[in-house]
Amino acid sequence: MSATGIGAAVRRKEDQRFITGSGNYTSDITRPGEVRAYFVRSPHAHATIKKVNTKAAEKMPGVVAVLTGADLANDKIGGLICGWAITSKDGTPMKMGAHPAVAADKVRCVGDAVAVVLAETLRQARDAAEAVEVDYGVLPSVVDPAKAAAKGAPQIHDVAPNNMIYDWHLGDKAATDAAFASAKHVTKLDIINNRLVPNAMEPRAAIAEYDQGNDALTLWNTSQNPHVARLVISAFVGMAPEHKLRVIAPDVGGGFGSKIFIYPEEVVALWAARRVKRPVKWVSDRSEAFLTDAHGRDHVTKAELALDANHKITGLRVHTIANIGAYMSTFSSSVPTYLYATLLSGQYAIPAIYAEVDAVYTNTAPVDAYRGAGRPEATFVVERLVEVAARELGVDPAELRRKNFVKSFPHQTPVIMAYDAGDYDASLTKAMNMIDYKNFGQRKAASEKNGKLRGIGFSTYIEACGIAPSQAVGSLGAGVGLWESAEVRVNPTGSVEILTGSHSHGQGHETTFAQLVSDRLGVPIETVSIVHGDTDKVQFGMGTYGSRSGAVGMSAIVKALDKIEAKAKKVAGYMMEASGDDIEFKDGKFTVKGTDKSVGWGDVTLNAYIAHKFTGGQLEPGLKEGAFYDPTNFTFPAGCHIAEVEIDPETGKTTIANWVAVDDFGNIINPMIVEGQVHGGIAQGVGQALLEGAHYNSDGQLVTGSFMDYAMPRAADLPSFKVDTTLTPCPSNPLGIKGCGEAGAIASPAALINAITNAVGHENVPMPATPSTVWKAAQGGMKKAAE
Amino acid sequence: MYAFTYERPKNVDDAVKLLKKADDAKLLAGGQTLLPAMKLRLASPGTIVDLSGIKGLSGIKASSKAVVIGALTKHVEVMNSAEVQKSLPALAHLASVIGDPAVRNRGTIGGSLANNDPSADYPAAALGLGATIKTNKREIEADKFFKGLFETALGADEIIESVSFPVPEKAGYEKFRNPASRFALVGVFVSKGKDGARVAVTGAGESGVFRVKEMEAALGKDFSAKAIEGIKVPAKGMIADLHGTAEYRAHLIGVLARRAVAAAK
Repeated sequence: MSATGIGAAVRRKEDQRFITGSGNYTSDITRPGEVRAYFVRSPHAHATIKKVNTKAAEKMPGVVAVLTGADLANDKIGGLICGWAITSKDGTPMKMGAHPAVAADKVRCVGDAVAVVLAETLRQARDAAEAVEVDYGVLPSVVDPAKAAAKGAPQIHDVAPNNMIYDWHLGDKAATDAAFASAKHVTKLDIINNRLVPNAMEPRAAIAEYDQGNDALTLWNTSQNPHVARLVISAFVGMAPEHKLRVIAPDVGGGFGSKIFIYPEEVVALWAARRVKRPVKWVSDRSEAFLTDAHGRDHVTKAELALDANHKITGLRVHTIANIGAYMSTFSSSVPTYLYATLLSGQYAIPAIYAEVDAVYTNTAPVDAYRGAGRPEATFVVERLVEVAARELGVDPAELRRKNFVKSFPHQTPVIMAYDAGDYDASLTKAMNMIDYKNFGQRKAASEKNGKLRGIGFSTYIEACGIAPSQAVGSLGAGVGLWESAEVRVNPTGSVEILTGSHSHGQGHETTFAQLVSDRLGVPIETVSIVHGDTDKVQFGMGTYGSRSGAVGMSAIVKALDKIEAKAKKVAGYMMEASGDDIEFKDGKFTVKGTDKSVGWGDVTLNAYIAHKFTGGQLEPGLKEGAFYDPTNFTFPAGCHIAEVEIDPETGKTTIANWVAVDDFGNIINPMIVEGQVHGGIAQGVGQALLEGAHYNSDGQLVTGSFMDYAMPRAADLPSFKVDTTLTPCPSNPLGIKGCGEAGAIASPAALINAITNAVGHENVPMPATPSTVWKAAQGGMKKAAE
Repeated sequence: MYAFTYERPKNVDDAVKLLKKADDAKLLAGGQTLLPAMKLRLASPGTIVDLSGIKGLSGIKASSKAVVIGALTKHVEVMNSAEVQKSLPALAHLASVIGDPAVRNRGTIGGSLANNDPSADYPAAALGLGATIKTNKREIEADKFFKGLFETALGADEIIESVSFPVPEKAGYEKFRNPASRFALVGVFVSKGKDGARVAVTGAGESGVFRVKEMEAALGKDFSAKAIEGIKVPAKGMIADLHGTAEYRAHLIGVLARRAVAAAK
């Protein structure tokens, strides 16, 4: 391993500019003559729009235009769409209601845009927005997914009777029912997976510019996948042909899924820029972000686990109601279905699984993928069920897991997935040793002496990353392929530019991708640059989400590098008057096999361009190759997290005493970056389990609309994590990578709630387990013990 | 933020004149409540009278009897003051758990008391020590100063100049933070002085900071955690929200009062 190659803990190249304030985020960009956009948003969760009066606002100082939903409709700008088709049990397609970028007839959640003001300054735009008069006809609203489909519930979209978007299922119902009928023990749980607000550090932003001469539009935005944004805005919204629309996602400050989606504001910015023929800039403020960024999770689930007399799991049955919010966001339909139910087998060999999922509209912000997307929800169901089953059966939760682990690979689950490689026993055993599981009893006794409760909880999770191959996801309803592209451009002097279709918004691609190139070509890492996030530079790509950049994005780079190496060998062959087949390439040096004749990387790259040693008929000049890579399977990162907590029963405050994470991510490019991903993932999972919960009141107002009421995890809430790995390389991609970006957020909530319920002595602890909640639970636990 | 007129008087008299002149003027001290509210357009004063140009409103003077703190003294100064740490360590501790470093370096004691946020820390110390609030017009006992949510005895043209805290034999402050805002979900300040014991609670009461007389009576006889073990504060009148029920807050008062007494110095 070289100091900058695969496996080295190379410091992040991009951090120099980020930590010195030299980054280039969308809101850092100013275009000549730009106007600022400010949206007039609905204060009501559900209302008809009777009239929008813009006259007074139009006369305010600095106002350039005030545009409404009617203007948008007149200009025939299309609505936003959900790009994954789900089919209900009866074979009918999902019922997707229209989602205009600016509402014209009806608002369906607080924060729905009803008009946009364009003015010379932000303050002028904001002042004028307050002068826009909207006459609403307020309608009753529904925010609770469990009540959305009830008789008499307010009807949100006419196309979806009873607010039901789809009732979908997966698995073998008859076989599962039979497993439960013959079960020796059944464990049942009611679970609410709490709604979360993503809260990336950088709020969303967009700048749109219209070039009259070429009738072309450019959009700078905070996107995780600029090419897909261009495709949707072009093909579905109908804004401009793809070749007349350039999308640039420059530095992006975190996304966690919320910046995958195509949002109304960027559509409006483009449309408005063309109308007023001036660049239009919109930057979300934090209050707006709380109301309009796609939220995550929000499931209501009934789950049951069947076990036989030998404590072997024989069946799993799940019914989930998934809150989709007021509109179907870009990938919202796939999250509670193919990203959720397909992972319900966990790390276990379960012969029969049946899952039903009802997706419903409510008068809340749209819900879509958020770090983990479906897999945290599935892991929470499975890992809570298994832990509770062990407690009910009076057996060690680790042993019950071990007994039911999948032990041979490949393993076909009853819910689509074919696990390719893993060693679940290895990660469990390592984690138990690291946390000193066998002496937990002593630590518990010591806590009790101090009047504290102590608990320990496991989460042996599995997830699926690098969602692919394209043909498979297409058969499941995806509207896109999920391959990735790469282009390798080698300059005459030997420096290398990598163009990737994936997008970095905190992941560290500029470092890890360069490590791969440095390793493969034997060139210094400083001579490699990574280009991403611009549809005019990178031809096409699928962006970054679902922990796919390593497994899919880097595999595409490998494929392109293979082609570069093959061509460079030919060039070296002509230089040394040998056949290209006789050239060996190692550590940046081309050698004629069995001789001491060699040429270096820089000589070869220069010769590729000056083309003095070969004719055009023999070889094309230049050194540039591209590749599209479509994986053969998902990847399956898995591992074991163990949380140990101490609870003050008088206040209900939970302190995380120990946290161990042992993950199998396959081969690792940069262990420091991977560890950082694990830390961040756990922090977000701890946030979900202990602190975060978006709450709408019965009028549809977001009560947790600021950080005063929405608790984000902070350093003081977290322990020092003990992190390690095990290794089974992924067999379905050339680098053996599985992906690491979401594992922490997927594994951790179940581990933490298992630990807290273990400490308080009963299972009724909803998320977030705030001090108030845990205090109440601890009272119940103590009452139970006294009985 | 809406546009406003900015004034920076050099003395208290001029500040009072400016307050009288405009009917929608607001005093600006550390701005830790007012400025965020203005940025969110929840507050829109026509005139801001910035007190930072007035000399003599800041600083700490301690004697064996009292600690006197100027209205514009920042939390960080109280927290780091050797004199406060020596004479009234509970007050230095309280200042150290307000907000975060940014808040502590801008926020002032006078601003906090005049704002009387029901979850703020300083009102608990003022009431829990029986402080006297000195204004440009008079001296107001803490017991008569706090009038309800964000309401005080201060008149429209009255400006706090300093706060005098009598030095007790012992005092302690225990704060249980709201997990989101880190304000006090409940905070209890206890003290034992020559006139008996005081127990003041912030964060919990629907009408803001209040005293728990039953605990004070018990602690007056025996200043120990054990003395108040059996005393339960009723849930009626307690704040109930996402972060805690009224019962939880009432319960926490007992827990924190005992801990504050046990830790009192």
